[in-house]
Amino acid sequence: MRFDVAIIGAGVVGSLIARELSQFNIDVVLLEKCNDMAMGTTKANSAIVHAGFDSVPGSLKAITNVEGVKLMPALCKDLAVPYKNIGSLVLAFNDSQMAHLTKLLIRGNKNGVPKLRIIGQDKLRELEPNVNINALGALWAPTASIVCPYELNIAAVENAVSNGVKFIRNFEVKSIKKQSDGAYMLSSGKDKLQAKYIINCAGVFSDTVAAMVGDDNVEYKIIPRKGEYFLFDKTANGLVNTVVFQCPTKMGKGVLIAPTVHGNVIVGPNAIDIEDKEDCSTTIQGGIEIMTKARRSISTLSPKEMITAFGGLRAHTEGDDFIIEKSKKNNNIIHVVGIESPGLSAAPAIANMVKMMLLSITGELEEKNGFDPVRPAPVRFKDLSDSERRELVKKNKAYGRVVCRCETITEGEILDAIHAPAGALDVDGIKRRTRAGMGRCQGGFCGSKVVGILSRELDIPLDEVTKFGKESKVLLKKTK
Amino acid sequence: MNKEMVCVACPIGCSLVVELDKAGTILSVAGNQCKRGNEYAITECTAPTRTLTTTAKVLGGITPLVPVRSAKPLPKGLLIESVKLINALKIKAPIKIGDVLIANVLDSGVDIIASNSCPKM
Amino acid sequence: MLNYDLVVVGGGPAGMAAALKAKECGVNSIIILERAETLGGILEQCIHTGFGLHYFNEELSGPEYAYRFIDLVEQNEIEVKTDTMVLGISADNVVTATNNQEGIISIAAKAIVLAMGCRERPRGSLNIAGTRAAGIMTAGTAQKYVNIDGYLPGKKVVILGSGDIGLIMARRMTLEGAEVKMVLELMPYSGGLTRNIVQCLEDYNIPLKLSCTVIDIHGRERLEGVTIAKVDRNRRPIKGTEEYVACDTLLLSVGLIPENELSAAMGIEIDPVTGGPIVGENRETTHKGVFACGNVLHVHDLVDYVTIESQIAGEGAANYILALEEEAIYVTTKGIDGVRYVVPQRININSDKDVKLYFRVGQTYKNAKIFLENNEEIILSRRRPKLAPGEMEDITIKSEVLRELPVNSELIVRVEV
Repeated sequence: MRFDVAIIGAGVVGSLIARELSQFNIDVVLLEKCNDMAMGTTKANSAIVHAGFDSVPGSLKAITNVEGVKLMPALCKDLAVPYKNIGSLVLAFNDSQMAHLTKLLIRGNKNGVPKLRIIGQDKLRELEPNVNINALGALWAPTASIVCPYELNIAAVENAVSNGVKFIRNFEVKSIKKQSDGAYMLSSGKDKLQAKYIINCAGVFSDTVAAMVGDDNVEYKIIPRKGEYFLFDKTANGLVNTVVFQCPTKMGKGVLIAPTVHGNVIVGPNAIDIEDKEDCSTTIQGGIEIMTKARRSISTLSPKEMITAFGGLRAHTEGDDFIIEKSKKNNNIIHVVGIESPGLSAAPAIANMVKMMLLSITGELEEKNGFDPVRPAPVRFKDLSDSERRELVKKNKAYGRVVCRCETITEGEILDAIHAPAGALDVDGIKRRTRAGMGRCQGGFCGSKVVGILSRELDIPLDEVTKFGKESKVLLKKTK
Repeated sequence: MNKEMVCVACPIGCSLVVELDKAGTILSVAGNQCKRGNEYAITECTAPTRTLTTTAKVLGGITPLVPVRSAKPLPKGLLIESVKLINALKIKAPIKIGDVLIANVLDSGVDIIASNSCPKM
Repeated sequence: MLNYDLVVVGGGPAGMAAALKAKECGVNSIIILERAETLGGILEQCIHTGFGLHYFNEELSGPEYAYRFIDLVEQNEIEVKTDTMVLGISADNVVTATNNQEGIISIAAKAIVLAMGCRERPRGSLNIAGTRAAGIMTAGTAQKYVNIDGYLPGKKVVILGSGDIGLIMARRMTLEGAEVKMVLELMPYSGGLTRNIVQCLEDYNIPLKLSCTVIDIHGRERLEGVTIAKVDRNRRPIKGTEEYVACDTLLLSVGLIPENELSAAMGIEIDPVTGGPIVGENRETTHKGVFACGNVLHVHDLVDYVTIESQIAGEGAANYILALEEEAIYVTTKGIDGVRYVVPQRININSDKDVKLYFRVGQTYKNAKIFLENNEEIILSRRRPKLAPGEMEDITIKSEVLRELPVNSELIVRVEV
């Protein structure tokens, strides 16, 4: 198989780049080492579109973040991804923190963040009635938003695939060799493919991939920074109306409490630098730290309403900024390294930037006839009126059968998720696409039904169905 | 010698004290709320029994399995052997609740019966 | 729009018993809506015996117990829609449901019985640290895989929580060839029935470790092991007691939660302790004409009690439909001193019936005394050789005593050693 461009890593950045490149008449392949897209940092982060006041003025983080905020609403509309502009607050609990807010305000203004202002207690209580009484004031950033990161990622891949991009899963790039014709041979050990250009978006592994082509620059070194989160039941909805931060530290933006686009409440993260690039485990200490810190913002936060915990890794680099550049040693390779927070917010801008960078190498590319930037909105039975539901079930009876009772997800939606472009192949893939199993029972009831549907639709035995690919099988064997 | 046990004849679970002599003969049973407790203590000390419940494979049914059980409690020592026999079964649907699947399993005098129905596909 | 006198939400043991009782009381227009493909509810996968000892004076398996009612539902020609999920109930008792044959269905009801049952607490609500490997599931999910689908979830099993489903699954997995390494219980006592501890664990030499929990989960893709530890009196892990246990499956049996999304959405008042609606002696919720019974009301350990309770609700609904209700003057009930909750939470003193109060204690007791009091006066007391949180208790108050109680006063149930 020979491609013009190989993008390594189907996280939100790689996937949005794939989508950008799908408007040209070139062969693009998007390679993912897992069984699905959005399996790394994109799966487990704060799900926030940051206003853009955190990063150092002039840094790539600052520039792409502020630009990303502008692009995000239209992008989410095109891709039918849930997005809500709710604004963010940075709370201050003492005078020195109040002074810090001024610093953030000045920084934000330099970065070009619109409508930033410092508010006092009255306005703060008006925005967040449940906020801790000890909060003296806050930095109010009305342009901050929330988005569903993995849905954005999935939608970007679906749209890219619809526009001709090839998406290959379970292809972990183990080696890259330059051939005599100038193209690269990428190998997973099992499979091989060739590409003229490579875009390295391998997240926490972007340094490893860079090293495969000799770019073992020290500044690329990724220090995996783990963050743990708690997700709260929809019954906690209304606890906060905006994204509530505390004053940042050198390890990051600190513990936040925010609504999710689906009506849950997310709390986290902590930040611990670790060695292992695949360690997304949660810890007891992490949990205590997050809850203790979060209660400083909202003292009434109750662990009773917790429905799940998860951990994610950020691709932190020593330089503390994104590195988006052409390889110094290889003409046709672009590295996208160190995409930690605000990577999600910046992703649309990064995708644009990488596209321009590629064009600067390839020269002008022919636009594809029939490129469609719009991804059809998936059916969300739960959000429909009864008359819309009636019409839907008339067309397809599978929409009449509810599989996931906590989130009211129908069999029709699950079938759609499996048969979509780059559709779901495993239980977690169904969960991220449809929310089946995402609710308060966490798949206790619908899990076995989803396993059954996957087995039927993919034509594999029940004991071949996995939670998230490879050896993550749900069942061992037939009993008799 | 006193032996303490919990009566499992029903879900109440009375704490029983069984008085035994040196030969293992039961002298008295105390702590039971009903007469089944007395019977339980006697069987449990002399010949313990259990109702066996498991599943058996169905051919051509609407479900791949049918739940089965021993119609009466089986001697404890026969449970594992009985499971092996049940695991070897392949029963053709339709099956009706109460159908005898293995008569007089292991000469125990107890039948293995279907504890649910399984219509034909 | 369809019209029925009584709509029963849920076709498990609770829903069926309520519908049958309402029919017996003279209600003819009844429909049961069941989300699964068949009637019977969770009993269909509970293939062990132990059901029916109180109600039928026989030891039945779950499907056999269910079958007796399914048979009666058919004989009584009570209408049933299976594979039908109720999406919502309006303030004026219109039930909206969906299935894949008819699509969206609206049913106007004179009365409604809520019998949706309960669900298991998942891992997330316990916040166990560690990875997200496959091989972690609730005991009930494993029960469905093993008993209905015929698949074994794993070979080396640790079970967290000694609730009945966990104990039952320890035996089931063993009989199907898995090695059940241990059952862990956070509390110093088991939440399951003693009979299950004897027959499911002791019979198969499966250790029950009390005051123990899982503190870490290992394995990237499939579960490889768990770290367990002893806990102190405050249920916090004790340093130095950690132990690694290799396993490929972790089953959770850590509690059941009544499924009251529908009830809460229609504004029915929920008891924070039971997690179910606040009901009167006839099991009427705070919403006129809406009744609740079975595990949606409070979690039962015996289906026999579910049946009895559901008959009360069915009769209550019938009386409501047939306008036979007495004018309601309520007293409330309350559990104190070790009594966690009492159901029903209020009683119409005009109801002219003896009322059985069901309650649970918060810890184990030996030789305890139960007191029923009103205005600091003891109405009656009963001695109990033992009380355990896993076993529901009851105490009956006579109608003639009820009638004399001061209006709006409180009936207290408490336990004393």
